[in-house]
Amino acid sequence: MAVDLPFEKPLIELRDKIEELKKFTEEKGIDMSTEVATLENKAQLLAETIYKELTPWQKVQIARHPDRPTTLDYILGISDDFVEMHGDRNFRDDPAVVGGIARFDGYPITVVGTQKGKGTKDNLYRNFGMAHPEGYRKALRLMKQAEKFRRPLLCFIDTAGAYPGPGAEERGQGEAIARNLIEMASLKIPIVVVVTGEGGSGGALGLGVGDKVLMLEHAWYSVIAPESAAAILWKDATLGQRAADSMGITAQDLYRFHIIDEIIQEPFGGAHRNPAQMIATVKQLVASSFQELMTYHYDELPALRYDKYRKMGIFSEDNR
Amino acid sequence: MLKDLFPKKKRYATITPHPSSRDKVPEGLMNKCKRCGEILLSKELEKHLKTCPHCAYHFTMTAEERIQVTLDEGSFQAFNDRIRTENPLEFPGYLEKLEKVQESTGMKEGVLTGSGTIAGYPVVVAVMDANFIMGSMGSVVGEKLTRAVEQAMELNCPMIIFSVSGGARMQEGVFSLMQMAKVSAALARLAEKRLLYISVLTNPTTGGVTASFAMQGDLNLSEPGAIIGFAGRRVIEPMIRQKLPDEFQTAEFVLEHGMLDQVVHRKDLKPLLATVLSLHAQGGSL
Ligand SMILES: [Zn+2]
Repeated sequence: MAVDLPFEKPLIELRDKIEELKKFTEEKGIDMSTEVATLENKAQLLAETIYKELTPWQKVQIARHPDRPTTLDYILGISDDFVEMHGDRNFRDDPAVVGGIARFDGYPITVVGTQKGKGTKDNLYRNFGMAHPEGYRKALRLMKQAEKFRRPLLCFIDTAGAYPGPGAEERGQGEAIARNLIEMASLKIPIVVVVTGEGGSGGALGLGVGDKVLMLEHAWYSVIAPESAAAILWKDATLGQRAADSMGITAQDLYRFHIIDEIIQEPFGGAHRNPAQMIATVKQLVASSFQELMTYHYDELPALRYDKYRKMGIFSEDNR
Repeated sequence: MLKDLFPKKKRYATITPHPSSRDKVPEGLMNKCKRCGEILLSKELEKHLKTCPHCAYHFTMTAEERIQVTLDEGSFQAFNDRIRTENPLEFPGYLEKLEKVQESTGMKEGVLTGSGTIAGYPVVVAVMDANFIMGSMGSVVGEKLTRAVEQAMELNCPMIIFSVSGGARMQEGVFSLMQMAKVSAALARLAEKRLLYISVLTNPTTGGVTASFAMQGDLNLSEPGAIIGFAGRRVIEPMIRQKLPDEFQTAEFVLEHGMLDQVVHRKDLKPLLATVLSLHAQGGSL
């Protein structure tokens, strides 16, 4: 059963009406094909109006859609021979982060990413894709292993943020993310990052320093989730829409800001409407990104990555 | 109790630090210690580097005061005072807010950077200021820190960052977030050049600052009672529907959990920095 989003309601109602009319036609043997065609035309136009002018807040809802492909869907869909690896060798295995090695486009890669669950039970197991420090440390272990074997690194990001809990704090959530930032800056391998859904704060950035950062068309990525921003700015989490609309969080915004390198187009209506097509598109763009990066000597990549991040930030300079 | 020392109102952080701007020592001659209630003369407080001689409560220092008590007298030379904050997201009210804060603090942005000496050892320092929008990090703070680290490489000398921050600055959205990556990348280069980096986390250091440069020191030091964490108590408590113990996220707690090298009384900080610098005076190796 597909989950419909609030802003899709008029479209759903129209489509239901068309179905009813078709059924009526069949049952009563009355020809209403003209009426059906008119309504179908109308539905198409309505769908185009809705999906082509999505507001940031509507995109946030699409990015969180429960049927959206998850990191494991992408990994299994774009690569062969995936060998999953578990654990940070220190405390435990964090199911909110998955990773391993796989064959991609004919060559071995290391792949890591935050993993949301499918359904309530799986989501509880995956902690809704919110990682603990050991998740970031598992990812780092795999990254360093990738560097050891000179394998390109692919990171998938879909998280509301790093988990805010006592255990996470005790075990150094800040330190774990901080370490990934400094280590990812120095890795002498090509790094491609794909933000597939939610890019929430430091929890996303902790797997997100890369040579190429790609973002799905309806994904969001920001310093904080819109509801949390609203809670702090206006003391009202229900103003998430207002925060989403004013904080420049969409793929289109980030591309314009030169924070991301490419936008990956989603199937009409969002990735969940056609996961197979979405996965194929991701595969194609990841492949071309790696192809480009693999032309460099890997030792040169950290310097290029430095130049890329060095330019981020908006300020002016007074030369008086 | 420590938590009662801080006002309930929260403002700009991605998480909820305990705002410390209010426990500034008032201008008057008499001050009441926020922890033990003793009446302290301003002069006495100054003499004790703004710590309570009775209970060792550490009052917040401005960036300028910190430089004054840490660097050798007259050695500080500021960098990059000409960088100006912009409003990249056209966030309503941001520039007005900045103007107000600039006026009240006399600072242009939330960090002072520059070179100087500590016990004669040359260093580059960056000192954040809690009074400047909760010490939050936007593009200018990130840029000034990055330039300071680059300058340390240029001068071939150690880098010391005094953090105090509610985290990344929300009004600059993803630009603030990316400063975490930018400063980290600069510190990665500093490490490659085998130059010392000391991080001093002061009260409070939280959010994106904890999750980046504040936790990346060769030494991570802090002051007694400083609040250090990623997510704040006020985010965590409703999540777990439990009250967290008072010592949660104090420097002592963070030390016990292995994220800090030492918790140091303010009066011992400069001597400790001097010792560590002296032990790295030949670049740490022959
Ligand atoms: Zn006292």
